[in-house]
Amino acid sequence: MTKEIKISIRNLSKAFGKKQVLNGVDLDLYKGESLVVIGGSGTGKSVLIKCIQGLLTPDSGSIKIDDIEIINDHPEIIEKMHSKMGMLFQGGALFDSLMVWENVAFDLLQNRGFSRKEARIVAIKVLRQVGLGEDIADLYPSELSGGMQKRVGLARAVITKPEIIFFDEPTTGLDPIMADVINDLIIESAKDLGATTLTITHDMASARKIADKIAMLYQGKIIWYGTVKELDKTDNPYVRQFIEGSARGPIKVEK
Amino acid sequence: MTRFIETFLRALGKPLVKFLFSLGDLTSFLVKAIYHCFVPPFYFKLFIKQVIDIGFYSLPVVGLTTLFAGMVIALQTYSGFSGFKAENVIASVVLISVTRELAPVLSALMVAGRIGAAMAAEIGTMRVTEQIDALVTLSTNPFKYLVSPRLWAGLLVLPLLVLIGDIIGIFGGYIVGVYKLGFNPANYVTATFDDLQVIGIVSGLVKAAVFGFIISMMGCYHGYKSKGGAQGVGNATTNAVVSSSILILIFNYLITELFFSR
Repeated sequence: MTKEIKISIRNLSKAFGKKQVLNGVDLDLYKGESLVVIGGSGTGKSVLIKCIQGLLTPDSGSIKIDDIEIINDHPEIIEKMHSKMGMLFQGGALFDSLMVWENVAFDLLQNRGFSRKEARIVAIKVLRQVGLGEDIADLYPSELSGGMQKRVGLARAVITKPEIIFFDEPTTGLDPIMADVINDLIIESAKDLGATTLTITHDMASARKIADKIAMLYQGKIIWYGTVKELDKTDNPYVRQFIEGSARGPIKVEK
Repeated sequence: MTRFIETFLRALGKPLVKFLFSLGDLTSFLVKAIYHCFVPPFYFKLFIKQVIDIGFYSLPVVGLTTLFAGMVIALQTYSGFSGFKAENVIASVVLISVTRELAPVLSALMVAGRIGAAMAAEIGTMRVTEQIDALVTLSTNPFKYLVSPRLWAGLLVLPLLVLIGDIIGIFGGYIVGVYKLGFNPANYVTATFDDLQVIGIVSGLVKAAVFGFIISMMGCYHGYKSKGGAQGVGNATTNAVVSSSILILIFNYLITELFFSR
């Protein structure tokens, strides 16, 4: 049985001034699958995710979600797509001026016609799913630890039961135990919702744990694509250097 | 010589091109912002919050500024005109100066420092911490959610602030005229009401509306376009205050020209 493609990216390019960040990216993301894009800092992972979300306009190429082209002159198409998507940002990107439960229930309050009372009940339920109690619901994001902010961000990303969830460096800045807790929550959330997920990270432990498929981005192109098992067996020198975390190899770091 | 001219033109051209790009960017932002001001959804609660921030919390600053401006004008006019035995014009000079110039311009400059900077810092921080991106991913248009309520509030609240500033400024002139210079209170009040002109008040309020729009626009624009972390937010804040202050002074002249040039 052929799997249904959820997101299809073809020949995607994006430059900032003279710096070519994405240089012809081709990538397919299948429905219900967890794809992790790995790559060093500054290789364009975040730019890729922002292009798919319509936060950046690519210079050329095609991005199709559910077979609908989203790179076009009709912003309403991507706006409509946002209702299918959720995103956990690297730094949480929680709204400072809103309480935790208002952050989690933001979409329900602003776009889905929930009353504050109803939205609070749903927000607290989702906060419990990510291991946070009702006691933090009325706190502000600045009163939370980094790990708690990530969990609140995750709760906000999944509250509307999106079909696609993006995770931007979900474990960066967390201790190994908290990182593993976040990984488990990501797996659980995605499994519960049956969502398609795209994660970008350079944390290999996280990638191995949450990925069905892994793609490696280097110099603006996908240079490797496969399963976790294939990752361990690959003799691609770029991938080997990256997963071994070695300074020696074909990937040169600008000093 | 040719090389000198080439270097000179290059040095001149680079900032010019940069300026033109910024102007285009600002125009595009302005058009988008105005469009979203009239297209639903409208966030009424956020508008009210801005009204309170811009209007209510600026009252003490505006009140003090216009009070002392009115008092100073009364004192200066007396010191300048006493040689001509023209003390009875003091009420009129205070009225005209405060309503046409001092209340709108000084209030706007104070609000630009207080509110324009705060807007740029708040929106700038939201930009560099990806909160604006988060808004987009939560199906919320940042122009409608962040910019429109601030523009409407700036446009509508500053005239009210200036109207209050007008009253306080005239009262400042009254305090000096009556309690320091010893004028008859009834005569001072009568002289003030005799010289009250609708065009003076209206021009001041029109100025206030335009200045309010400028303050909010510059605060939102510089905050929205800020990048590069804390330093970027700091620059955005400075640029918001400087650019809105300059634009306030330029538009002050243009509106005065529009109302009073013959």
